[in-house]
Amino acid sequence: MNKMTFKSFRYTALAVAAAASLALTSCGAYDESRNAAAPTPAYAAPASALTIDETWAKAIDGGMTSAFGTVRNSTGEDITIVGASTPAAKTAELHEVIAGADGGMKMQPKEGGFVVPANGEIVLEPGNDHIMMMGLVKPVQAGDEISLTLELSTGDTLDFTAVVKDFSGANEDYGDLADDEGMDHGTDTPAGSPTHTK
Amino acid sequence: MTQQPKTSTAPASEPPKKRGVPRRNLLFGGAAASLGALAGAATLLPGGKDQGELPPSSMAIHGSQTVPFYGARQAGISTDAQSHANFVALELNPDLPADRIKALLKLLTDDAARLTQGRGALADTEVELAASPARLTVTFGFGPRLVELVNPAQKPAWLKPLPAFSVDKLRPEFNDGDLLLQICSDDPVSVAHAQRMLLKDARSFASVKWVQQGFRRAHGTENPGTTMRNLFGQVDGTANPQPDTGWHEDVVWGREEIAPWLENGTSLVIRRIEMNLDTWDELDRPGRDASVGRRMDNGAPLTGTNEHDEPDFEALNSSGFPVIEDFAHMRRARPENPVERIFRRGYNYDGQPAAGDISGSGLIFASYQADVQKQFTPIQKRLDELDMLNMWTVPTGSAVFAVPPGCAEGGFIGEQLFT
Ligand code: HEM
Ligand SMILES: [Cu+2]
Repeated sequence: MNKMTFKSFRYTALAVAAAASLALTSCGAYDESRNAAAPTPAYAAPASALTIDETWAKAIDGGMTSAFGTVRNSTGEDITIVGASTPAAKTAELHEVIAGADGGMKMQPKEGGFVVPANGEIVLEPGNDHIMMMGLVKPVQAGDEISLTLELSTGDTLDFTAVVKDFSGANEDYGDLADDEGMDHGTDTPAGSPTHTK
Repeated sequence: MTQQPKTSTAPASEPPKKRGVPRRNLLFGGAAASLGALAGAATLLPGGKDQGELPPSSMAIHGSQTVPFYGARQAGISTDAQSHANFVALELNPDLPADRIKALLKLLTDDAARLTQGRGALADTEVELAASPARLTVTFGFGPRLVELVNPAQKPAWLKPLPAFSVDKLRPEFNDGDLLLQICSDDPVSVAHAQRMLLKDARSFASVKWVQQGFRRAHGTENPGTTMRNLFGQVDGTANPQPDTGWHEDVVWGREEIAPWLENGTSLVIRRIEMNLDTWDELDRPGRDASVGRRMDNGAPLTGTNEHDEPDFEALNSSGFPVIEDFAHMRRARPENPVERIFRRGYNYDGQPAAGDISGSGLIFASYQADVQKQFTPIQKRLDELDMLNMWTVPTGSAVFAVPPGCAEGGFIGEQLFT
């Protein structure tokens, strides 16, 4: 029987390509050039003591959307995430979700930012702390990859990519902040999407 | 045939024990009253143990078993067949550009890589359901249209619907498809959750064309390696090229005369075949044995004693007729040309009976081979011309997929088409 050898698969070449793409941590939004990388590899800016992985964002036709992930702090000191930015949106904010007066959940900017405890982690997730991107420059579609940058209390930044997922949750009420920054919200957001009370 | 309804295995209508008097006690109220202590006990029924608080079981718990996802070849082909399989065919949205197909494949690859290893997918809203993969595998197959849209030059000649056969009564709802997901696990909840996650990520790119749910014996019911039985009761799979043999390598992954479309790729033919259990019932054991040329009880050829004995196709009985008849399925399916071999990895299905019927059973016949035209089609042609089993079987669905190679971590299934 002619048994063939199939062991010639080039893991090493792929691994090198993946490593190369890891080095490209600062680029524009919707960067499709990372085709050798999995949708959401864990990007760790070498200079940063924080890492973020499991990163994703919610698909939306326009307006605003949020990004999520797990941030780990490998140092013995608390580190605070003080700001966020992305070429995909006019502004990005750090949000928390609180119970509103009407019993619904509302999101609002988190005062003081997100504290990542020493040798600990925080989870940014729907219904909880998240990164809000407002004034999206174009629709974000499932499978897109969005570049984001977090500013840290240490003065460092943490760049990462969030893959966009089709997601029905994360519909917190945006409360009365919606008018503040002249945000152009999507016109055809489904029922239950962030609403804009006056 | 209607697909088995997608109900959960837990009877949703049955209220949890804690909520008052069990229905049984209401129905047999008199008896319950006379057994006052028992009736009283109904309100004191202890609840189940809390999640995570059960004592260790003496049963071997297999939910945490995993099959590697990353590798030169996709899992779920040479992998020992799991107990459950859902075959899901998707139809890509019209005019989906190649870069969107790439985005879809990356999303689905990432989901499969995580779920098969017992991790939730990204944005998994039921992450607890991912915790017990029970050898979950997700195997991707590409229909003609997907390959045409991405890289027509790579399309193998055999990637098209099979020729029409006289036995066919194909129904469009079980035919074809652009992207196939074969989701297998020893646990049906893991299959359901993986399917749900994959389809959530696919829905903005594609719609569901068909779903076929199949099963074999449950994990642990029989010794691993026992040849499966189909719902006719036949031992089905004896003459299969078993994984880990050179023969299996050749048949599934190819060699010179039957080169695969891509190295470490293969092909998958799925035929949905109705099995008429009611007319099969009219056939007695000798007739059943003769229809295949193998014994119903242990799968041995009629010329042998044990399942894996080599059949003797020349042997004649005392009246001078072949012991293995000319119309026997095994004789018709076995080729003279050694190239015409396939690897069958099928599953039973048992769906909603048609009105007035009591069974809606059949086989999700799934076969892997390097080259559909050289290996599969000649067998199906011979069976179409003559095969006793055609009396009780009707193909109602048919689909052909090109199965791409596996990928390494950081890559995605189908990446070879985008170079
Ligand atoms: C519901 C439909 C079918 C039933 C119930 C059935 C059942 C069986 C059984 C009981 C055997 C003997 C044991 C074994 O080697 O597996 C067998 C063998 C086989 N069948 Fe089928 N089969 C069906 C359809 C098909 C189809 C559609 C094909 C291919 C076009 C096929 C190809 C084969 C082959 C290649 C063998 C092995 C023959 C050999 O001994 O070399 N079968 N089948
Ligand atoms: Cu927000």
